[in-house]
Amino acid sequence: MSALDSLYQQIILEQSKARHGADLANDQLQGQHLPPNVGQCHQLNPVCGDEITLRLETEDGGAGRTVSGIHWAGDGCAISMASASILSELVVGLGVEEVTGLIGNFRTLMRSRGKLEADEEILGDAAALSGVSKYPARVKCAMLAWVAAEDALNQIT
Amino acid sequence: MTVLSRQAGTHTLNEPLTDGEVLRIRNDFPILDQDVNGHPLVYLDSGATSQKPISVMEAEQEFYEQRNSAVHRGAHTLAVAATDVFEDARATVAAFIGAEGNELVWTQNATAGLNLIAYSFGNASVGAIPEQEKKFALTAGDEVLVTEMEHHANLIPWQELCRRTGATLRFIPVHDDGTLDMEAAATLLNERTKVFAFTHVSNVTGVINPVAELTSMAHAVGALVVLDACQSAPHLPLDVKALDVDFAVFSGHKMLGPTGIGGLYGRAELLDAMPPFLTGGSMITTVTMDQAQYLPAPQRFEAGTQSISQAVALAAAVNYLEETGMARIHDWEAALGQRLVSGLEAIEGIRVLGPASGIPRAGLASFEVAGVHAHDVGQYLDAAGIAVRVGHHCAQPLHRRLGLSASTRASAYLYNTRADVDAFLTAVAGVRGYFGVEVETTP
Ligand SMILES: Cc1ncc(COP(=O)(O)O)c(C=O)c1O
Repeated sequence: MSALDSLYQQIILEQSKARHGADLANDQLQGQHLPPNVGQCHQLNPVCGDEITLRLETEDGGAGRTVSGIHWAGDGCAISMASASILSELVVGLGVEEVTGLIGNFRTLMRSRGKLEADEEILGDAAALSGVSKYPARVKCAMLAWVAAEDALNQIT
Repeated sequence: MTVLSRQAGTHTLNEPLTDGEVLRIRNDFPILDQDVNGHPLVYLDSGATSQKPISVMEAEQEFYEQRNSAVHRGAHTLAVAATDVFEDARATVAAFIGAEGNELVWTQNATAGLNLIAYSFGNASVGAIPEQEKKFALTAGDEVLVTEMEHHANLIPWQELCRRTGATLRFIPVHDDGTLDMEAAATLLNERTKVFAFTHVSNVTGVINPVAELTSMAHAVGALVVLDACQSAPHLPLDVKALDVDFAVFSGHKMLGPTGIGGLYGRAELLDAMPPFLTGGSMITTVTMDQAQYLPAPQRFEAGTQSISQAVALAAAVNYLEETGMARIHDWEAALGQRLVSGLEAIEGIRVLGPASGIPRAGLASFEVAGVHAHDVGQYLDAAGIAVRVGHHCAQPLHRRLGLSASTRASAYLYNTRADVDAFLTAVAGVRGYFGVEVETTP
């Protein structure tokens, strides 16, 4: 596989078009008057203009707080859009702590400069983004949605 | 004078540049001779920063090996030698843009030059304003005029100046093809306009503005004209006197020179009347514990130790450009610009920003690929060894006006061949297929 193909794996190209979770309405972008179980964050990569507004909804399950919904609106490169789409598929139903752990795991992978092997058991489709870590200029693109999710979670817990 | 005789000594200056001569020019730029990602480097990002010829790198090294010393301070032999080459460099670079040596202020880059002007005008606007500074003073009711195609460097300093002084910032819109709306310019320039700041050449669309015409319109209403010559000084014969602008700025790194050096041209009587921006050593005559008197321009604006070796190397860059001939460089690049645009127009799913092929533009082209983000386009091209710029190119308002948030830009210089452009076009033709967004055939 060429270096370029390992960056743009088929899953990533598909996810960048599927944009799972990209259903945050225009009138929700401001994120005003959110109930305490909902967090929302806007992230912008000033270098290339990639942009996302991401909302996380949680509910109190028996065993603690879990993520019950994720919605976002954004515009950007294939990497940033695929990453947001993959994240959206991963987090619903997970406990808040599990999501925090997942984000930490993904961040470590992204910062590894290609030196870490992604754990597909934990990261699912996000493992396909491991090629990004060899392109330091693109790590921000991959992290955009995850940073937004992290901040949204912090508003809740 | 030296510049003229050097030009006269080169016989081929009347003939256009050829592929053969460009191939020889490339030998002077060692960085171009390398493989990137398994392909010969095709450098099409000179709009962001240019590569440097050996003579420029040698000039900087020679300065450090032979003459390094503080300038304008001290009586020892090295200090004199350093001061001489520093001031010779000023004269060379000033002559290159048609100015006198005392009208050229060294700055770090164009951004620093524009901020210098804006902060100086800001300083002229506060407190008790001396008579000679009144023409720079801004207050509520005054207007600063820019255009919708400005680089952020020629927009934000004016936003800030207006915020500090209460003046109003207005802008001349552009047409869909990126050219300036001259009718709007005629109405927006009025007796309230104190400063009109605009770019000579757009770094996004390659549009070349009618500087002389805009300047005479501005002068007719008494406005001061600030020209952003960042994308023109490197690429075409520039004569600030013939254009009659009051100020002009440029960056050395975009014109074969090193980073850390640029120039601010100002008409002598204006520079001498303007209050300083940065203050400190090297710009004063008499200092007491209460106050200081300032040197005339350009020293008045050169507080602190300057970028000496960089200034010397920039003069070497200017000599290189003069020896090649600015008119020939411009013609060569204009042809490359047309080749870029007509080639891009022929590829399905590509939208070129700015004027269509056949209409004059600088040697650059920005474009949008339907269904593929600029960042991904740039990554794809990089894998083919082709260096381009992606993003908003520090011109967010212009991108917004043209209906997008980012684009891909290929920008050429005197060392680019037609083969470079063709390699780029071939690669661009493969982008949509790679990302799986082939045009759908409507039944
Ligand atoms: C038109 C224009 N103006 C201003 C600038 C700013 O130049 P610098 O970053 O060297 O100060 C640039 C460079 O990107 C430019 O293209």
